[in-house]
Amino acid sequence: MAKLTFKTDNCKGCGLCVDACPKHLLRIAPDKINKKGHHPAEITDPDACVGCAFCATMCPDCIIKVER
Amino acid sequence: MVVFDKPHALTDVPMHYCPGCTHGIVHRLVAEVIDELSIEGKTIGIAPVGCSVMAYNYFNCDMIEAAHGRAPAVATGVKRADPENHIVFTYQGDGDLASIGMAETVHAAARNENITIIFINNAIYGMTGGQMAPTSLPGQVTQTSPYGRDPKLCGYPIRVCEMLSELEGPEYLERVTVNNVKNVKNAKKAIKKAFQNQIDGKGFSLVEVISACPTNWGMTPQAALKWIDDKMIPYYPLGVYKDRSAKEAE
Ligand SMILES: Cc1ncc(C[n+]2csc(CCOP(=O)(O)OP(=O)(O)O)c2C)c(N)n1
Ligand code: SF4
Ligand code: SF4
Repeated sequence: MAKLTFKTDNCKGCGLCVDACPKHLLRIAPDKINKKGHHPAEITDPDACVGCAFCATMCPDCIIKVER
Repeated sequence: MVVFDKPHALTDVPMHYCPGCTHGIVHRLVAEVIDELSIEGKTIGIAPVGCSVMAYNYFNCDMIEAAHGRAPAVATGVKRADPENHIVFTYQGDGDLASIGMAETVHAAARNENITIIFINNAIYGMTGGQMAPTSLPGQVTQTSPYGRDPKLCGYPIRVCEMLSELEGPEYLERVTVNNVKNVKNAKKAIKKAFQNQIDGKGFSLVEVISACPTNWGMTPQAALKWIDDKMIPYYPLGVYKDRSAKEAE
């Protein structure tokens, strides 16, 4: 099972990780705002994550740590 | 098991780049290469003037900030002062490298200076608010070409890799991009080779990275990555423009 950890406070909400996920598991949280004032990325179905790290590969800000 | 995390050669300082700016991806790739080659302690990076002017805050290796366009000249001095013990790279935008710094770029290449250059081509001056760059595309709307770049008035964009490939000097020239996962992996390979060449004493190695500036292109980060495929790559084809060692080995 794979696990994602987000440095949510530094996320800029750009959404590049959302588009990169082949399983469409990420979204920009509509109901959360971080310290920077951005809607941060979050994972909707953690159990379905395969740990491919495509999201982290496209993230410009090293927000996502991937464990498998 | 951790399969992905911030590389050690990047500091914990949050980067100031705009949301979705690919400067961040390229910084990470450079840092991953520094980690993989175990050269953090002997690497000296030269930051440019441009959005990445504060790159010295983001890399854990030693950094120097050069005057606008002069990074290859500074890198030359640093490398020649102690060639055995230092790995020297510059990180420069297109305004920095291909406009005010064109002379330094061309002559460092002609001399086959044993340095590594990471060249961010985003077809615009990002830091100063989106003026036309020497690499802005024909028809591209910028702050200083509000009706689109007119080559009759401003000339044609410069293809740096193709131009430098006509010189005898340089060892390695490749153009890559980072607009999807596959391209990011290819970009990393090229950047690693550009550092390995320096370690092996092969000489001037430049990787041009076609990058996105969503803010000054006036697009979402997603649209900017697509614009790279649709507009940038047709004018700036990806690929290896020079690889002397590989050619000699043939
Ligand atoms: C000698 C000098 N001339 C002009 C400037 C203004 N200036 C700052 S950054 C820049 C261009 C930046 O564009 P680029 O190199 O493409 O980098 P980007 O910001 O797009 O990453 C210019 C012209 C300056 N700082 N110094
Ligand atoms: S790519 Fe990174 S900065 Fe952008 S939304 Fe995803 S986690 Fe946040
Ligand atoms: S202005 Fe453009 S190049 Fe500069 S940080 Fe913003 S998106 Fe990146």
